[in-house]
Amino acid sequence: MARDIAPAVAGAEQPPGRDARPARRRLRPAARGNRPPAGRGPRHHPGWTPWLYLAPALMVLAGLLVYPVYQLGLISFLRYTQAQVSGGRPTEFIGFDNYAALFRDDQFWQVLLSTVLFAAACVLSTLAVGCSLAVLLTKVRAVPRTMLLLAALGAWATPPVTGSTVWVFLFDSSFGPVNKVLTWLGLSGFEDYSWTYGKYSAFTLVLLEVVWCSFPFVMVTVYAGIRAVPPELLEAAALDGASTWRTWRSIMAPLLRPVLVIVTIQSIIWDFKVFGQIYVMTNGGGIAGQNLVLNVYAYQKAFASSEYGLGSAIGVVMLLILLAVTLVYLRLLRRQGEDL
Amino acid sequence: MSAPPVSPRPHTPSRFRLPRPRRPARPWRLAAEAAAVVIALVVAFPLYWMVLSAFKPEGEVQSAHPRPWTLHPQLDAFRRVFVQQDFGRYFVNSLVVAGAVVVLSALIAFLAATAVVRFRFRFRTTLLIMFLIAQMVPVEALAIPMFFLMRDLGTAVPGVGLNTLGSLILPHLAFSLPFAIWMLRGFVKAVPETLEEAAMIDGASRARFLWQVLFPLVLPGLVATSVFSFISAWNDFLFPKSFIISATENSTLPMALLVFFKPEQNDWGGIMAGSTVMTLPVLVFFVLVQRRLVSGLAGAVKG
Repeated sequence: MARDIAPAVAGAEQPPGRDARPARRRLRPAARGNRPPAGRGPRHHPGWTPWLYLAPALMVLAGLLVYPVYQLGLISFLRYTQAQVSGGRPTEFIGFDNYAALFRDDQFWQVLLSTVLFAAACVLSTLAVGCSLAVLLTKVRAVPRTMLLLAALGAWATPPVTGSTVWVFLFDSSFGPVNKVLTWLGLSGFEDYSWTYGKYSAFTLVLLEVVWCSFPFVMVTVYAGIRAVPPELLEAAALDGASTWRTWRSIMAPLLRPVLVIVTIQSIIWDFKVFGQIYVMTNGGGIAGQNLVLNVYAYQKAFASSEYGLGSAIGVVMLLILLAVTLVYLRLLRRQGEDL
Repeated sequence: MSAPPVSPRPHTPSRFRLPRPRRPARPWRLAAEAAAVVIALVVAFPLYWMVLSAFKPEGEVQSAHPRPWTLHPQLDAFRRVFVQQDFGRYFVNSLVVAGAVVVLSALIAFLAATAVVRFRFRFRTTLLIMFLIAQMVPVEALAIPMFFLMRDLGTAVPGVGLNTLGSLILPHLAFSLPFAIWMLRGFVKAVPETLEEAAMIDGASRARFLWQVLFPLVLPGLVATSVFSFISAWNDFLFPKSFIISATENSTLPMALLVFFKPEQNDWGGIMAGSTVMTLPVLVFFVLVQRRLVSGLAGAVKG
């Protein structure tokens, strides 16, 4: 959650509502980017004023975001372990050696594969649950709808750390209610079953928690999108005798596309970066590192084994992957005519 | 979330009885409503179980036959958490960090958002795209360089080095700014420009307009934005885990909870009490600002 909800809505674009904005946009493609200043306001000769206003933000971002990114890149090219940190040995520029070591390491490829598969499973499950519940919300009356929205709000607000401790407790082998219920249902294999022991069951447990705390964002956003569809359009489709399937395919799908793009990209970005849940629920990456994802792997390499250079190289790999996703996002936003 | 009525469709005259594609027949709607209620209960269950376990006597929490109720609620677990684990101190630390991040990022983002909305200047679009990209930077990847940065800063400026609360405030400030600026744009845009002209004609200086006219008008947006800064600072445990090495008295709630969380010999009652203490402020904050949050999101969405 904004825990990472935050960036989500940033460039968000609502589906065209009743205000006919998209039409206006299409008429004035030149409008994006540098619009001429309106009126006779003070904007004609802004001079240094905007930069003065921007100065604190730019200083903070330059010092605490841009500089660390540069440092991350730099450290990834250095031999940087405990010896160098304590000043025992001089730091040494070793070019791409860290990357070479990383790419030769079987564990890295294993972790990369787990990360991609785990993120994909999380994204697909979150989207499936979020979208189906959004549709469900449109079919029910006020009381059940409010109940579902409130429950979702609660899950949304729960910090990842506490969400993780609660889910581990729910699935605890001896005291957790989930195993009891499953056993009671006749699945005797779940009596004292340890979810965190096996690789796949541990990933499943984390996946359930991630879906639990991230579906509310998808549900609320898609629900808002569906509600913004003009009812006249649906009436007209019904009048023309369109089937439900046809209505969804030809009216809802295109109108909801922008919303779906946003929630999908955001989910990819968050689920690729899952850290707290894996760290807490599998106790730092699982037995023998079986549940490591890139994020936790980089952290463990750097802070647990003091291989700062290697950890930074993993960080750079992650940064590049997320940058690629972001660029796709920007392209899609631009294509939709997002006005910056 | 306020619940709007089911599809506000225009009333059609009765002679044109239309088929209603979106309102399912009665038994189907009842089934859908039953499903919604059941799902709501399932989604709420983990939180219920957390609070319940915090109030259960220890014997009932660590029981082979867990029951979804308790007849003997008590505060023992909370007492353990606050007295033995000193959660009160960590709670205050967390509040200080989150509060500082909220106030600083709101002020700085307000100025920056005003600059990018109210002025046209070179590199404006470039800057906006940079802010968008900056939102995607994974916090965790930067923990390593941040660690060394804080170590070096600490020798130059006392109070922001490793082991201090300052070392937790600064990174979160940087990570919450780009989104705060994006979100505030919509709110600043919504204030009519004629207001600025009127203020100028009345002889108000730019600074006076900024703080006495624009700032109060944008305040609801600032509140909505602050939820996100608050949550990211409140929830984080990576920075306290990496930066607070020896001075554990400067740790924050998530760290305290993790120290408490031992895989083998868990005091589940205590952990659930600690989790409740940590979740409650966020829940309260969410509920308090949810109206503004929704309008805030709408503001950001409409940009």
